[in-house]
Amino acid sequence: MTDITATKKKRTTVILLVMVAAMFGFGFALVPLYDLLCELTGINGKVVLVPYDAKDVEVDEERIVSIQFIAMNNSGMPWKFKPNHNSIKVNPGASTSTSFYAHNPTQNFMVGQAVPSISPSSAAKYFHKIECFCFNQQELESGAQADLGLRFFVDKELPKNIHTITLTYTLFDVTQKVASSN
Amino acid sequence: MSEHHGPATGIQRWLYATNHKDIGSMYLWFSFAMFFIGGSFAMVIRAELFQPGLQLVEPAFFNQMTTMHGLIMVFGAVMPAFVGLANWMIPLMIGAPDMALPRMNNLSFWILPFAFAMLISTFFMDGGAPAFGWTFYAPLSTTYAPPSVTFFIFGVHLLGASSIMGSINIIVTVMNLRAPGMTYMKMPLFVWTWVITAFLLIAAMPVLAGAVTMMLMDIHFGTSFFSAAGGGDPVMFQHIFWFFGHPEVYIIILPAFGVVSEIIPTFSRKRLFGYSSMVYATASIAFLSFIVWAHHMYTTGMPLAGELFFMYATMLIAVPTGVKVFNWIATMFGGALTFETPMLFCIAFVFLFTLGGLTGVMLSLAPVDFAYHDSYFVVAHFHYTMVAGAIFSMSAAVYYWLPKWTGKMYNETMGKIHFWIAFIGFNLTFFPQHFVGLAGMPRRIPDYALQFADFNMMSSIGAFTYGFAQLLFLYNVVQTIRKGKACTDEKTWEGAEGLEWTVPSPAPFHTFSTPPTVK
Repeated sequence: MTDITATKKKRTTVILLVMVAAMFGFGFALVPLYDLLCELTGINGKVVLVPYDAKDVEVDEERIVSIQFIAMNNSGMPWKFKPNHNSIKVNPGASTSTSFYAHNPTQNFMVGQAVPSISPSSAAKYFHKIECFCFNQQELESGAQADLGLRFFVDKELPKNIHTITLTYTLFDVTQKVASSN
Repeated sequence: MSEHHGPATGIQRWLYATNHKDIGSMYLWFSFAMFFIGGSFAMVIRAELFQPGLQLVEPAFFNQMTTMHGLIMVFGAVMPAFVGLANWMIPLMIGAPDMALPRMNNLSFWILPFAFAMLISTFFMDGGAPAFGWTFYAPLSTTYAPPSVTFFIFGVHLLGASSIMGSINIIVTVMNLRAPGMTYMKMPLFVWTWVITAFLLIAAMPVLAGAVTMMLMDIHFGTSFFSAAGGGDPVMFQHIFWFFGHPEVYIIILPAFGVVSEIIPTFSRKRLFGYSSMVYATASIAFLSFIVWAHHMYTTGMPLAGELFFMYATMLIAVPTGVKVFNWIATMFGGALTFETPMLFCIAFVFLFTLGGLTGVMLSLAPVDFAYHDSYFVVAHFHYTMVAGAIFSMSAAVYYWLPKWTGKMYNETMGKIHFWIAFIGFNLTFFPQHFVGLAGMPRRIPDYALQFADFNMMSSIGAFTYGFAQLLFLYNVVQTIRKGKACTDEKTWEGAEGLEWTVPSPAPFHTFSTPPTVK
């Protein structure tokens, strides 16, 4: 084997190893890319989990949009969890408050985390939350109950063909997760 | 050290092997063993599905069977088989003395027995083996997984490392060790398809390693990549998995295309029709395989634009694949055909793989896929491409090159019996599955509605037949090695072309120590 071939072999090997490392990194880069894509396009019904910085917004008195609320428990979550109003009608631009009811019927202190999803998914980026219990985890002592607040408004730019927006919260039991990270 | 040394003796020859032929043989035997283990799981599945109702195994164990059957067949049987073939044949085909990185070659093989020992040991653990399907969708494989999932994750890491090292070795060999005059466009098509496959592996396997690493962190380190409660997303798992998973199916099938492109010209006694279009078609398929992954996920609620993009991109793959099928047929057209066992397997490959491709086009249509999704129709589709594609071409390759490897001729009658039993058994198994799938039978279930009973019984009888045919295959190979008729011609087949047919049979331990010159 000549020296030239040996050098060339080494070079090819190193280039290929760099490609492997880059693709391993790319696999992890897919995670933020995925979130970014969902955020930019509003697909997947993913909702931004930070409060919307409410500027002065004009209210469109002409238009009425119906907002439906659904509450669901993830499997194994024993809390009672439901919206206090199943459906409300709002004008785009007008900020509105509503609340959800949660009750921990177990003998133990528990922590819950609600994850929102919006349907149709194309409405997700027009639904702005000023305050939401989903921004934080909810702690309930044994037998305790609480009204969980939500304040939001619908963007005036909401496409005209959308008349109803459904907001679903899925409630997860994160007690163990919180306990193990402390 | 003398210039011409033979192999070491005893176990050391294999443990310390750096010779491409020895390592190739080990890969081939290892994959053969895994093929029988994965096959025995398939027999359990088909025995349970012989009749409706639960007869033989618990549903939980049934799920372990479907999962491990898929994992072992994909990663243990088909992929190492083609790596073994590449080890044996690529240096012989390009006139190289050995693989470029022989020690890494040794490592990449010897990782495999440990990876699969770890994977198979999960059967004996609390909670049993992984039971979440070979696609291991989160949260089934994270929140709801048996404790053995950690062993599964490390197993996948190991076999991923093995494949990556094997691929690097192949690319370095082909780019640097070609004989003088062997330009890229003169390389045999098997070498071409393997180089492209190796690049696919280098791009796809690290993403799989990333996916299982994220699972590991979700399970043990409190992260939430795939857990919605912590802000993650289980649908993202499917995106990452299929970003690996779709190229993976072409990783399995491209070397099979290469094998068929070697064998059909030999027994047609004609040059391969459209050599350069074959190369470009293979490269196009490889490129397209990275932009179609979400066609496995039509029912996850993608936006319309996404469904349309992935649908059209998927249908586009039919074009280069069609080019290849037409080229194989055009190679046979007007040729002086003979029908030895390798040729029979290759013709069956062209015919059955095209059927599998046709059902693939049906599945690519997003609107109808909502009905076909996760049904037995999908099972029928991918077994037509994977079994009649990869396994048939692998059988053809073994019969075709066995005289070169062993210096002995297999028994032609036995080979033909193997082929016909396998062909009939295969079609009896999987053809009825199209019908039960379209009629609504879901995949991965241990019990089914009564109206599917007849077709499932046919399927099971076919599967036992196909399984029996593989025992014949093993018998044929062993008998050839033990007492096959000597066949020491350099050129075993009249119409064969290529450098591997210029060395003696059996191929000596060292070949092409001085590179041949290719005109």
